[in-house]
Amino acid sequence: MPAMPRPGRMNRNTRRNLIAGLTFSAPFTIGFLAFTLYPMLTSLIYSFQHYNGLNEQWWVGFRNYTYMIGSDDQFHGTIANTLYMVVLGVPLTLLMGFGTAILLNLPVRGQALYRSAMILPAFLPLVPIALLWDWMFSAENGIVNYLLGWLHLPQPGWLIDPGWSKPTLVLLNLWTVGTVSIIYLAALQDVPDTLYEAAALDGADMWARIRHITLPMVSSATFFNLITGIVAAFQIFTSAYVISLDTSNNVSVGAPQGSLSFYLIYLWQQAFSSARIGYASAMAWLLFLVIMLVTAVLFVGARRWVYYGGEAR
Amino acid sequence: MVPEIDAQRVASPAGGLGAVAGGRRERVLGLRRACWLSLGMHTLLIAVSAIFVFPILWMLITSFKSEAEIFSVPPTVLPRIWQSSNYPDAVKYIDYGRYTLNTALISGLVVLGTVLSCSVSAYAFACIRWPGRNLLFALALGTILLPYPVTIVPLFVTFRTLGWTGAHDWHIILPLVVPAFFGNAFFIFLLRQFFLTLPRDLLEAARVDGASYLATFLHVVLPLSRAALSVVALLAFLNTWTDFLAPTVYLTDPSWYTLSVGLEEYKSQHGLQAGFLMAASVLFVLPIVVIFFFTQKTFVRGVTMTGIRG
Repeated sequence: MPAMPRPGRMNRNTRRNLIAGLTFSAPFTIGFLAFTLYPMLTSLIYSFQHYNGLNEQWWVGFRNYTYMIGSDDQFHGTIANTLYMVVLGVPLTLLMGFGTAILLNLPVRGQALYRSAMILPAFLPLVPIALLWDWMFSAENGIVNYLLGWLHLPQPGWLIDPGWSKPTLVLLNLWTVGTVSIIYLAALQDVPDTLYEAAALDGADMWARIRHITLPMVSSATFFNLITGIVAAFQIFTSAYVISLDTSNNVSVGAPQGSLSFYLIYLWQQAFSSARIGYASAMAWLLFLVIMLVTAVLFVGARRWVYYGGEAR
Repeated sequence: MVPEIDAQRVASPAGGLGAVAGGRRERVLGLRRACWLSLGMHTLLIAVSAIFVFPILWMLITSFKSEAEIFSVPPTVLPRIWQSSNYPDAVKYIDYGRYTLNTALISGLVVLGTVLSCSVSAYAFACIRWPGRNLLFALALGTILLPYPVTIVPLFVTFRTLGWTGAHDWHIILPLVVPAFFGNAFFIFLLRQFFLTLPRDLLEAARVDGASYLATFLHVVLPLSRAALSVVALLAFLNTWTDFLAPTVYLTDPSWYTLSVGLEEYKSQHGLQAGFLMAASVLFVLPIVVIFFFTQKTFVRGVTMTGIRG
């Protein structure tokens, strides 16, 4: 029988385990202190300072935050752009992921090949993929507009039209939906056949079965995809950066007309082009707070609609 | 629209339509229905797959076209003349070989560091009972949602003070490599979940036999965890091989660019070099496509392990 450790003094076993635990977890602990906690606190301090990363550094109180929220019109534009991707892009991605997962769950021969085709784009490097998108949706030479013209459909300017640039990016997100599909597919495969059989005996039609069996049974996958999707949408960077950067014409990042200037892109410009470290840090902390708040709200709301299989057992 | 659930009924003879159907006539009707359903499903799957494959195909096709054909109005769908000169030209146009070596060097070191540090740390969280363990693990989980810019901005300042960022020798890659040797909350979580599924009795037995924690880790835990470790290695490799944000911030010297950063040069020097860009992109994407087809199960496991089943 293990002896109860007396307060203030540990027995030999506990102490040995403590030393072993601390030793084995040391890489994480050191990394956490050096590469997470220290920069987090420094960032928080910077956010209340004017700091150019070199010689100018002084306290400004809440002025970074008040300027950001109160009077930085460019910042407000990036918020609107980012919310567009969160509010419109994420639900569409979930819908696409669910739809493809249903297709990929069909019991047909050669399904492995179809699965590869629909999942692969999600794992390809984003830079060449974004540049490919830029090329396919080129207003003049793009294959997409060529096909639309052939079908006598209107040919938008896509990535050079401020009204179409974000939808084009949403299309790119829909193409790289694979990870969302995988999560949904795994959830679909966990739905017991007996539920569908029982519903069929009760005379439920297809929509009733999707509505009352499939959707509730995959709700934990929906929840996971929703959280990761929202967190990713708030931090969209690479695709928009790569597409809008055009140094040959000296067009700034976020073109056309700032329609692709998202939260992280503006933050990146402030930190690394304009050397406004303090202001960028305030933006980073606001983003952190918003993401935590949204996640917390979703977790609380989840109790009403997310069903975990464990409860049924 | 093909009803997914009906398809399952047809496919499984037991308890499906077949069981309900009584007479021979109905059975023939059911069979015919199954044929039509199967045809419909394949048509739908082929159509949707084609849409997903098309962009990659278009990249490949464009890479074999001449400059004149690429920019002709209207564009040709298939090249009239298939030419492969874009490939050698693209590799010469930017410092492609050097960027590949840089990317491979950084990715290799990051994979090594991640697998070493994360497996050791996850072992401490999963297999050793010590006071403070749960608190530290909760801290680790708390950092998963932390947005990257919260840490990258002050780290950039720190690394510049250390003389790493802005260096013109190998020091410049240290900001990308060193943190990998100090764990990653996400991968530690993934490995811990896996270590927890290992049979307790086996670990206890090793300890009772007098094996140290280190020996148990090396000779019992690691050999049993090849699947999980390969998932971590693969994901760490992919993340680093394709990363853009951190390399653009830290790699300020063009001779240390990675492929993701270097590809921009096809766009920025003399307008868009579409043929070169597509050829270079094919070369960049190809290894990942090959890896994907050979290790597809690991890819899928990687996603589901970190997802709902984790």
